[in-house]
Amino acid sequence: MDFKLTKAQMLQQELFRKVAETEIKPIAKDMDEAEEYSMDLLKTLHKCGMFGIPYSREYGGQGADNLTYTLCMEEVSKVDASTGITISVHTSLCCACINEFGTEEQKQKYLRPLVDGSKTGCYGLTEPGAGTDAGGVRTEAVLDGDYYVINGTKVFTTNSGFADTFVVFALTDKTKGSKGLSAFIVERGYEGLSVGPNIERMGIRAASNCEVIYENVKVPKENLLGKEGQGFKIAMKALDGGRIGIGAQAVGIAQGAINEALQYVKERKQFGKTLNKFQNTQFKLAEMQTKVDAARLMVWRAAMAKDNGEVYGPYAAMCKLFASDVANEVTRGCVQLLGGYGYCREYPVERALRDAKITEIYEGTSEAMKMVISGAMKV
Amino acid sequence: MKIVVCIKQVPDTVEVKIDPKTGTLIRDGVPSIINHDDKTGIEAALRLKEQLGATVTVVSMGPPQADVALREALAMGCDEAILVSGREFGGSDTYATSGILAAALRKIGYDLIITGRQAIDGDTAQVGPQIAEKLHVPQVSYVEEVREATPEYVVVKRQFEDGYHIIKIKTPCLLTAIAELATPRYMTVKGIVEAYEQEIKILGFEDLKDDLELDMIGLKGSPTNVYQSFTKAAKGAGTIMKDLSADEAVQVILNKLEEKFII
Repeated sequence: MDFKLTKAQMLQQELFRKVAETEIKPIAKDMDEAEEYSMDLLKTLHKCGMFGIPYSREYGGQGADNLTYTLCMEEVSKVDASTGITISVHTSLCCACINEFGTEEQKQKYLRPLVDGSKTGCYGLTEPGAGTDAGGVRTEAVLDGDYYVINGTKVFTTNSGFADTFVVFALTDKTKGSKGLSAFIVERGYEGLSVGPNIERMGIRAASNCEVIYENVKVPKENLLGKEGQGFKIAMKALDGGRIGIGAQAVGIAQGAINEALQYVKERKQFGKTLNKFQNTQFKLAEMQTKVDAARLMVWRAAMAKDNGEVYGPYAAMCKLFASDVANEVTRGCVQLLGGYGYCREYPVERALRDAKITEIYEGTSEAMKMVISGAMKV
Repeated sequence: MKIVVCIKQVPDTVEVKIDPKTGTLIRDGVPSIINHDDKTGIEAALRLKEQLGATVTVVSMGPPQADVALREALAMGCDEAILVSGREFGGSDTYATSGILAAALRKIGYDLIITGRQAIDGDTAQVGPQIAEKLHVPQVSYVEEVREATPEYVVVKRQFEDGYHIIKIKTPCLLTAIAELATPRYMTVKGIVEAYEQEIKILGFEDLKDDLELDMIGLKGSPTNVYQSFTKAAKGAGTIMKDLSADEAVQVILNKLEEKFII
C-alpha cells in the first residue's frame, strides 16, 4: 500500500495546477456569468493533452493512467467545475465508449482525433422521460439499407453546444426495453441533427449543456458501437468509469473552496482578531479537510482499481457518493466561514456551492449510487 | 543543427531567504522550478526546432534532484537531456561552473547554445557569457528576438539600455535569453509520460576529466569567496509631494538637493 504519487504523476499535477491557475481561474467567473465556455480555453486544454489523458498513444492518446486523469479533474475543478465536466464527459463517457467497444476502424476514425487534441466529444443518453430509468429511452434507430435512421430528443447533453462527435443511445428494438438499446457514433455535421440553446442551470453554468434533436438523422451502419442491443451495457460501463471523474471533480470543488476560505480567514478581522484565531474556524476547517482527504483517497482507490484491471464499479459509486456529499457539505461550510462575503459573487465560494450540487445528480444520482453499492453487497 | 539549452533549477521564490549563520539560501519547503530566463531559452530553441528541424538538447549542472527540471524540459518537447553532476563540482562559483559546462558542451557538441540571461537565485548573469569565452565562440547577450536563423548564422535583436542592436552572428555561437524572447509553452500530458520513459544521461567528473583539472572546479577552482550574505533591509518609504506647479516642484527638488549638499 502506497499513498504516494509517482514523480511523473506529481509533474502531471504541476502541469494541471499551472494551467488551472493561469488559464482557467482568471476567466472562470466571467464564463459562469456569461453561461458560455471559452473556445480559446478549450483549445489550450486540448493542446496540453488534457482531453486524452488515459488513452493509448497507439491511438493518439496521451498514454497516462486513470489516476493521472483524476489529478487533472481535481486541479481544474478547484478553480472551475465547468471545466471539470467538459473534460470528464469527453474523456470518460464519449471516448470510453469508443475505446472499449469500438472497432479498429472506429477507433482510428473517431477516437484518434478525440484524444490527440483535435476534436471534442459528448454523450447522449438522458431524455426528457429517461433519467435514472434508462429503460425509458424513446429515441429510435431504424435500419434502412446501409443506414440507421435516428429520431428522438436528448436532454442535458454536456458539450453538445460545440462537440464534434456524439455517442448516442437509441432503441433498435422497441419491444425489448433497455435490452433493445444500441449505441451509435454520430457526427455533428450529419443532416437532421440540431442542438438547442444552453439550458439555464443553477451551477456549472459555463459548461455547454443543451437539448439535442435527432430528426431523420442518417447514420452509416458502420457507426454502430458494439452490437445491436448492447447499448445499455455500453452506457452503464462508461458511467461506471465516469463516476471516478465526478468523484475527483467533487474533491476539487471542495478543496478549491477550502483553499479560498483558508486565505480569507487569515485576513478577515472580527472582534479584534482574524477569524483563524477562533477555535470554531480552526475546528471547522480541520473537519472539512479531513473529509476531503478521505474522499480523495476513495477516488484514488477507484482509479487505481481501474488502472490495475480490477473490478472498480462499486468503488467508483462509493467515491462519487461520498465525495459529492462532502463537496456539498464543505462548500456550504466555506460560504458560512466567509459569511456575507461568501454569499457574494465577488468570492468564488458561492459558485463552488452552486456547482457542488450537480455532483450528487449527474452520472447517476446519489440514490442510484446506493443501488449500485447495495447491489454489489448483495443486500 | 544541434541546439543546446543550458538550464538551472532554482527555488521558486521572489523573496530569497538567507540563513544568517551559513550565508546560504534556505531551500527547505521552497519548491524548485526551471529558472524563468532559461525556460524562455527552451521555448526559443523549440521554435527553431519547428522552423529548421533542429534537435534540442537540454543541459543542467546540479544535484541529482535537478532531473525534475530536465524532465520538464523534455515534456515541453526537448529531444535529449543531460545532467552534469558530481561531488567534485559542488561549491563551484560562476567561473568554475562555466568551465564545467564548457567541458560538457565540448563533449556533447553544438551549433547553437542558448542560456538564460541570469538565474533568479544568484542574479550574476555571468555563466552564459563565460561559457562562450571558454569555448571561444561569439556571443550575444540579452536577446529579445531571433529574427532569422539558418544553420550558418542567426540574426538577433539585442536589448540595450537606450535602444537595441540587430546583430548577425555566425554559428556556432551562444545567445543569452531574456523574458521578451518567447513565452514558454506548457508541458503536455504525453510529454510528461515520455519524459519519464526517457533516460537522462549523466556526465560526471570522470566523463569530463580530459578537459578539466580538479583545481579548476568546486570550491578550489572558484575565485569568488562569499564574505557575507544578507537580506537587504527595505528602504524607507519615499515622500510624495502632490499638486505642485512645475515651478514649485523644481524648488522642492532644489531645496532637497541643497539640503543633502549635492548642489
